[in-house]
Amino acid sequence: MKLTGAQALVKSLEMEGVEVMFGLPGGAILPVYDPILSSPIRHVLVRHEQGAGHMAEGYAMATGRPGVAIVTSGPGATNIVTPLSNAYMDSTPLVVISGQVPTAAIGTDAFQECDITGVTMGITKHNWLVTSAEDIPEVVAAAFHLATTGRPGPVLVDVPKDVSFASMEWHWPPQIDLPGYRLPGAPARADVERALALMRQAERPVLYVGGGVLKARAAEALRALAEKTGFPVVTTLMARGAFPDSHPLCLGMPGMHGNYTAVTAMQRADLLVALGARFDDRVTGRVDAFAPEAKVVHVDVDPAELNKVRRADVAIAGDCKAVIEALLEAAAPTLGGDDPALRLGAWWEQLRRWQAEFPLHYERRAEGPVKPQMVVETLRDLSPPDTIVVSGVGQHQMWASQYWRFDHPYTWVNSGGAGTMGFAVPAAIGAKVGRPERTVWAIDGDGCFQMTAQELVTAAAERVPVKIAILNNAYLGMVRQWQEMFYGERYSEVYLSPDLPDYVKWAEAMGAVGLRAEDPDEVAPAIEKANAIDDRPVVVDFRTDAFEKVFPMVPAGASNDDIVVHPDHGARADAERRSRATLAAEGRG
Amino acid sequence: MSRVEVPNGAAAERHHILTVLVENKAGVLARVAGLFSRRGYNIFSLAVAPTDDDRFSRITIVVDVESAPLDQIVQQLDKLVNVVTISELAPAAAVQRELLLATVAAAPAARSQVIQLVGVFGGEVVDVGADRLTVALAGPPDKLDGFEGLLETYEVLDLQRTGRVALPRIDVPPPGRARLVALDPPPAAG
Repeated sequence: MKLTGAQALVKSLEMEGVEVMFGLPGGAILPVYDPILSSPIRHVLVRHEQGAGHMAEGYAMATGRPGVAIVTSGPGATNIVTPLSNAYMDSTPLVVISGQVPTAAIGTDAFQECDITGVTMGITKHNWLVTSAEDIPEVVAAAFHLATTGRPGPVLVDVPKDVSFASMEWHWPPQIDLPGYRLPGAPARADVERALALMRQAERPVLYVGGGVLKARAAEALRALAEKTGFPVVTTLMARGAFPDSHPLCLGMPGMHGNYTAVTAMQRADLLVALGARFDDRVTGRVDAFAPEAKVVHVDVDPAELNKVRRADVAIAGDCKAVIEALLEAAAPTLGGDDPALRLGAWWEQLRRWQAEFPLHYERRAEGPVKPQMVVETLRDLSPPDTIVVSGVGQHQMWASQYWRFDHPYTWVNSGGAGTMGFAVPAAIGAKVGRPERTVWAIDGDGCFQMTAQELVTAAAERVPVKIAILNNAYLGMVRQWQEMFYGERYSEVYLSPDLPDYVKWAEAMGAVGLRAEDPDEVAPAIEKANAIDDRPVVVDFRTDAFEKVFPMVPAGASNDDIVVHPDHGARADAERRSRATLAAEGRG
Repeated sequence: MSRVEVPNGAAAERHHILTVLVENKAGVLARVAGLFSRRGYNIFSLAVAPTDDDRFSRITIVVDVESAPLDQIVQQLDKLVNVVTISELAPAAAVQRELLLATVAAAPAARSQVIQLVGVFGGEVVDVGADRLTVALAGPPDKLDGFEGLLETYEVLDLQRTGRVALPRIDVPPPGRARLVALDPPPAAG
C-alpha cells in the first residue's frame, strides 16, 4: 500500500494507540494536517504551542500514557521548547512532532526554518530529523519506545515538508534498530541482599520516595514494602500521591518547603532508602550537610542518577517496581528478623513528637484577608477525594502540595524540576482530556495564570470543563517572599495588582465562568458553585493575603538543619536545635 | 591518589581515554560534544572516524576527570541513544598514537639542527621553504610531548596535534604488572 509520508505519520500514531494530540498547524506541517481530518485521533487545537506541550504533559502525568503534541516549523517548534525542557526535567513521556522546511531548503535560512533538533538536543531523550518517508514508521515506533521505557522522557520527530509529501510503501510493525539503547535488567540478588542487610540493621530508616515510583506504577508495591518494614515514608514533590498522605507511616513532603518532620527525619536518619528519587538540591539543601549519618540504598532506573549527588552504599539500577518486589520477595517471611516495632520504637516516638510539635501551621482567621492555605484546605474538603490537582510554580504550588491530602497516585500534576510558571492551565486541560470522569482543579497563582490563560479558550471551545483557582495575592509571591526574607524587604518588580486584569471578566471573555471570593466566608460557597458546573471551565479569583509566606523553609544553600518554621513555632524549633547541639557536644547526638 | 607530573605540566591521571563506538548518523558528534559542554565535563582531546563497519564510527575522547568523576561521565554518555559501547582504556593497557605537524622557523644555519632533531625522534620533514620547515611526527602522546618541548628551542610558527587514537593492547599484561591501571581507580561502587 502506497501512502504519503504525512499519511504514514498519522497512521503510525494510530498504530501506537494515540487517542488525542494537541497542536496548531502551520506551513511546514500542513501536509500532515490533511490526513488528521480523516483520522480517529482527536486533535485539540491550542492557542499557543506551549499550551500544546503542557497539555500533552498533563495528559501523560494523569494517565501514564505518552502525551503527543504536533507543531509547525520555526516559531511553532521553538514555542514548544519550554514543555520539552519541563518534560525532560520531570521524566514525562512526551512525543512532539514538528514540521520542518523542505530538505533542500534546510540550512538556507528559509522562511520559518529553525534547527529544532539542534535546539532540543539537550532537553530531549532523543530526537530525529526524518530524511526519508520510508523511515517514518521506524522513527515513530522508536520515538514511542524511547519516550515510555526506562526513564521516560520527551522525544521530538522533525519532519521536512517534502518528506511528508513523498510516497512510501506502508509497513508495520517496523523493525526498531536501537543498538545503543539498553534497559536495566532484573536487580542482582546480591545487591538486593546487601540492601536488605542495611534495612534489617537500621534504627532510624526513611523511605525516600521520588517520582520514579509513580513512573514505574509501583505505588502498591511501595505500600507493601512500607507496611512490611514499618519504615516511615517521605514523598517528594514529584511523588505526592505515590503513598497515601493519610497512611500512618506517611511523613509527607521533604525539601525546601517540606514539613519539619519529613525534613528532620531525613537529617537524623541512619538509612535512606531512595526509590526513584535523585537527591535534587531542593530536597537535600546543602549536600555536604544532608543526612550526615545516613547510609544510602539508591534505586533508580537511570544508572546515571546513582552516585551523581550522593554516594550510595548500595546502588541498584532498575525499575522501582521490579526492585521493590525483589526486596519483598527476598525479605519473606520477615524483614526484621527481630521485631521491627521494637527496633524502630524509639524512632517512631521521636517522629510522633516532631509531628505533634511542628505541624504545618498558618494563622487561621475568620475575618480579614483570605489565607491561601485555607483556600487549599477548603478545596480539598469540598472536592471528590480522587480529584486531580494541577499547579503552576511558586507559593501556590507549595501550599497545594502541603495542604492537599494526596491519597491516590496520579492525582498531582505539577512542574517540579524545571519550575515552569504557566504550567497549570494547559496541564489541567490535558489532564481533564485524559481523565474526563475526574474533577480537575488547577491551583494557580495570579502570575502563572497570566502566562498561559489563553488556553481557557481552547478548554471552552473543546468543552473541557477544568476548574482554576487563582490564589490572587497580587504579587509574584515566591519572589516577593525571598525579597522580604533575604533582600531586606526591597521589593523589586514583583507587584502585579489584584484587579488588573479583571480575572472574572477575562474568564467570561474566554468562554469560562468567572467567580470571585474576597472574604473567608465567600470561599466555600464559591468552591461549591464551581464544583457544580460541569459543562464549561470555571475560574475562581480568590483574593488572598499578600503577606502570607510559605513555611517551613530551608533557605537556598543552607543545611536542612537550619529549617525555618512558622514564626509561631520558632521558639520551639530553637529549643530543639539547642538541645541537639548539647547532645552532640556530650557525644550522644 | 598519586599524581605524576609529566614534563608539560599535565597530571597524567587526570586524563582517561574513552573509546566510544557510536552509530554513524548525522549529528552524533554534536550530541557527544553537547553533552560534555552542558554538563561541564572537559575534553582534553577528541578524534573521530568511521570504523571498518560503516554503520559505526569510533570517537576517542581523552577526558579530564578533574571536571567530573569518570563514572558519571561514562553513565551520561551511555544515555545518548546513538552511543553503542564505551570502553575506558587505561593508558598501560592501550596502544596510543597521535600525529603532530609543526612549521618551524629554520634559517639555513639552524636547518640541519632541526632536521637532526626530527631524525632522532623518527619523524620526517614534509615541507621545506626558504626559511622554514614543516615536520611531522607520529607516535605515543608522551613522545610527542617531548618532541614538542624540544622544538620550543626554535621558533614554532604553527603547530597542530590530532588528538590521540587508541586501541586495547592485544597482550593484556598479567595482573601483577598492571600497576599503572590502578593509579587512579574508579571509586568502588557501594
